[in-house]
Amino acid sequence: MRERQLRARDMLRGDLEGEELERHVEEKVVLTSFEKMLGWARSNSIFPLTFGLACCAIEAPISIVTARYDLARFGAEALRASPRQADLIILSGRVSIKMAPVVRRLYDQMLEPKWVMAMGACSSSAGMFSNYAVVQGADKFMPVDIYVPGCPPRPEAVLYGFTKLQRKIQGNPDPGWRQRYNALGTEEWARGGPRSEPGAGDVDAYERARELTSA
Amino acid sequence: MPDAPGLELIRGEIEQHHPGAVLDTSLERDRAVLVIDAQHLLAVLNWLRETPGHEYRFLSSLHAADYLPAEPRFAIHYELLNRDRVERLRVKALLANPGKDALPEIDSCVELFPTAEFQEREAFDFFGIVFRGHPDLTRILLPDDYVGWPQRRDFPVGGEPVTFTYNERQYG
Repeated sequence: MRERQLRARDMLRGDLEGEELERHVEEKVVLTSFEKMLGWARSNSIFPLTFGLACCAIEAPISIVTARYDLARFGAEALRASPRQADLIILSGRVSIKMAPVVRRLYDQMLEPKWVMAMGACSSSAGMFSNYAVVQGADKFMPVDIYVPGCPPRPEAVLYGFTKLQRKIQGNPDPGWRQRYNALGTEEWARGGPRSEPGAGDVDAYERARELTSA
Repeated sequence: MPDAPGLELIRGEIEQHHPGAVLDTSLERDRAVLVIDAQHLLAVLNWLRETPGHEYRFLSSLHAADYLPAEPRFAIHYELLNRDRVERLRVKALLANPGKDALPEIDSCVELFPTAEFQEREAFDFFGIVFRGHPDLTRILLPDDYVGWPQRRDFPVGGEPVTFTYNERQYG
């Protein structure tokens, strides 16, 4: 320990030379791109917004910060009470048409970069509330990064979605199940929906997934 | 609760003061109901509230109902309570459907029971029933710019069709 500290001091002073310097650099220095480091830092220090919409709020953000599930393992234990300090908004529950402008306003008040998790069936697709009062999926009025299925999802599912979101923030999103199972082009759309055409990135991911599955 | 003879006595007394007000009575599952004409609503409620021996001074609930395709189509239910005797009496005011574009109207009972203010707004919000004399008859639960009366039976349920394998020919 003492020896290593001394060596680091020597290097900073410029006293380290030749083979010793080479060895020190090899052991102590990691090279990466700035974007990767930024993504790593961001993904491990997310500040979620203290925000609950309905019954899903019992699972997240309430349960996942307790000692049993412990969101602090992923560096996100600092729930912020103000959207101006938060990075992540978890839509925990159904969004009624009266609440939608409020949610959108909260989202607009958050500072970039910001992420959205649609948690549970209701905020993803209105779930069982196919009626006049509930927005049919929160992605109708705001962008959503990750959808967590369930009614409500277990806290473990929320944490799983959280780790997926971390990988997305790091610029390395996991492929969806259609890419993993060679099922691109099988999307089903309700009446009036867009036609299912995979984008350019999807085709690459598809090829990669095919290589992985055949290997 | 008033029992069956008690209910008929109430009906008879109201008939003496306000002829034609009570259309019917019913006693189902021990719930006494006076079915009245909406024209006489305030007179009947005031009589039930003030007359010694009755004194239903507490409006515990007010709600609207749509009985489509029955006629008269709408009804407002007033759940009255006497807190001394713990007796409940339901007054059901029948409202005819006024036609396609008009809204059914009934007198507001906010003067008698101030608690009715929000409940009448809720009935207006969901059923489009206009309470004459209400101090602030605006939407209370739905957004202010909402169009339609969503708890009426002829209001479409809403939502979106979802494609599954069995109906993809229909929606796909």
